Amino acid sequence: MGYEKQVVARDISFEVHTGDYLCILGENGSGKSTLVKTLLGLQKPMSGTLKFGQEIRADEIGYLPQQTDTQRDFPASVEEIVLSGCVNRLGMRPFYGRLEKEIARENMEQMGIGNLAKRCYRELSGGQQQRVLLARALCATRKLLLLDEPVAGLDPKAAEEMYGLIERLNREQGISVIMVSHDVLEAVPFASHILYMSHRDVFLETGKAISQALPDRCTRLY
Amino acid sequence: MTETLRYYLQYDFVRYALIVGTLIGLCSSLLGVSLVLKRFSFIGDGLSHVAFGAVAIAAVMRVENDMIVVIPVTALAAVVLLAFSGRTAIRGDAAIAMISVAALAIGYLLLSRYSGSANISADVCSSLFGSTSILTLTGADVGFCVVISAAVIIMFVLLFHKIFAVTFDESFAKATGIRAQTYNGLIAVITALVIVVAMELAGSLLVSALIIFPALSAMRVFKSFLSVTVCAAAVSVVGTLSGILISIFASTPVGASIVAVDLVMFVAFAIVGRARG
Repeated sequence: MGYEKQVVARDISFEVHTGDYLCILGENGSGKSTLVKTLLGLQKPMSGTLKFGQEIRADEIGYLPQQTDTQRDFPASVEEIVLSGCVNRLGMRPFYGRLEKEIARENMEQMGIGNLAKRCYRELSGGQQQRVLLARALCATRKLLLLDEPVAGLDPKAAEEMYGLIERLNREQGISVIMVSHDVLEAVPFASHILYMSHRDVFLETGKAISQALPDRCTRLY
Repeated sequence: MTETLRYYLQYDFVRYALIVGTLIGLCSSLLGVSLVLKRFSFIGDGLSHVAFGAVAIAAVMRVENDMIVVIPVTALAAVVLLAFSGRTAIRGDAAIAMISVAALAIGYLLLSRYSGSANISADVCSSLFGSTSILTLTGADVGFCVVISAAVIIMFVLLFHKIFAVTFDESFAKATGIRAQTYNGLIAVITALVIVVAMELAGSLLVSALIIFPALSAMRVFKSFLSVTVCAAAVSVVGTLSGILISIFASTPVGASIVAVDLVMFVAFAIVGRARG
């Protein structure tokens, strides 16, 4: 796996099942974002395969990317952005119908941003913006969320709320979660599986023990 | 004033100019919003210089209808610049700057070496700053412009939501199965078409003003993608029409008059935007 012919990380092998909450941890430059892009099909693995089971198609992943500069001053209302999560439902149709608007409405309510629908995205706080993007991701999927550093740049309180929201989606609605983070202590308690990537090795931990075992092992590796 | 206007409107050439001006204003502003947001404000400049070079090639090759050369060449340059940005060795702004000056130089070289015309600097000047040709349009020219504009507007309306998705967040759009490259390619081709048609009006050097000013003005005041787009279209049509009328009344160059009006409107919108907070 890599880009521009550079191998970023190799020999990564793992499975994610319905309802799992996988947290990908790792040092800067260990290939976390590259792994995410490969999972999403934005770039091809250099060798090996990526398989989706019966339950999910490649375009049924809800993706929460890291924010880009363009988005910070983009003139768009919250409603427009959340609706754009339904764009894969359109197919050849040019406009959104009642169903898409209903889905967008529900997801905004669920993220607690229903009252912000007409507000301008760039005027919202960082935490609110992340909720908007999470609502958009939910419009695209009911099955698997892929979150790339969802709390980057948020203050501790907003970050905690964000983790809470993600955990609820995983626990109450059975949505599988794959989350990239470098926030070891905060992110780990929620996860059912941990994939740790470093320049030296990659290992996967499962089960309840991880929340105690991992911080230990991580500190050692860092 | 209305008397004079009525007097002028009797003439076909004034009516033609106003129809074409409205359509070009509409098309260029629709794309402008997306291009400005994608940080491609200079694409208009680059492509119009390419089109200038293509006009020169067509002139040297003595092609009867130079659009046969200009449209494909410009569209190709647009696709290379927009659709492949970020994947080439030379990136975004540098690629545009390079293609644009190179095309300008080649065009001027060819024209000065091979053109049969007696007054080359006047020819070059009119293609750079817009000729008075907007005031000498024939019925066929208007027909051509109507067809292209209708195609651009229909495509834009049908693809509105997809263009929004791709412009706002290309990675997300790709991840959810939208063929972002296809839409980027389409946007590039439409942009090339608009530039080629709009060059008649404003000339190579000024045409990007038609693309960026309305979008920038609208973005000062409005806050959703839809309202910005609608407002940009309105601003652009008003600016283009007033520019053409001013140039007829005051005998000023058409392109420069339109850009001056656009600038004034931008300042007005910026003040309103500031006042609203």
